[in-house]
Amino acid sequence: MPMVMNLDNALGIHAHALQVRSARAEVLASNIANVDTPGYKAKDVDFKSLLQSIQSKSKLGMDQVRLEAMDIDSHTKYRIPMQASMDGNTAELGVEQAAFNSNAMDFQQSLTFLNNKIKGLKMAIQGRA
Amino acid sequence: MSLADIYDISGSAMRAQTVRMNTIASNLANANSASATEEGAFRALKPVFMSIYEKMDIDGGQSRERVSSAKVAVLDVIESNRPVDQRYEPGNPLANADGYVYYSNVNTMEEMADMMSASRSFQTNIEVMGRINSMKQSLLRLGQM
Repeated sequence: MPMVMNLDNALGIHAHALQVRSARAEVLASNIANVDTPGYKAKDVDFKSLLQSIQSKSKLGMDQVRLEAMDIDSHTKYRIPMQASMDGNTAELGVEQAAFNSNAMDFQQSLTFLNNKIKGLKMAIQGRA
Repeated sequence: MSLADIYDISGSAMRAQTVRMNTIASNLANANSASATEEGAFRALKPVFMSIYEKMDIDGGQSRERVSSAKVAVLDVIESNRPVDQRYEPGNPLANADGYVYYSNVNTMEEMADMMSASRSFQTNIEVMGRINSMKQSLLRLGQM
């Protein structure tokens, strides 16, 4: 183990998960914005594969691991609608709203984990329990 | 590609829904407008929405559309091509030589349903913005204990 600990490693998966959550929020917000647009195809981020790609970047030892627009695009897939509308739109308001809300809750959850990590590091630095 | 962009996305949708609401108000207001000629009769206005994809740079100085972020824009406002309502009202001061008056082709029921849909979509986008607000606020408090 190197003496100097990388802060990225210390925070673990949660910092990456937070980036993926906020990227997903944008995709879902686009779906909600376009519920009345003819021909719009609803999309969603493949959470698992996007998180894996950002983690493999971080394992390569890149200094700054951040999600680029291209990364998000290549892990975004089309949603299969429960019932497509006649105008070719596949965004269903209920589905998108539920996904957006659960994603927002997961974002808060990742934040809480991060906060707890930081709390732990702070205690370790100050040398008290 | 950040939480801040969502304000633009939801904002564009709210703008588009406002245009839609405007056309609905015009249609309902003119539902009973009469005219002396068929051409002069009021025709229902319908906005046409389209998605606007953001551009991103790819290798070689080129750019292409991002599929993962889409705003909404009003491409055009078109007039409904449904036939207008021709009524026989010889007593009407607007009546032509044959005693006909032309009324608008607005379907009031359809407009009311459209109005509900527009206001609901508008509200949903406001809720998205509120949610993003609280996500950003808790992100700002990260590490403060």
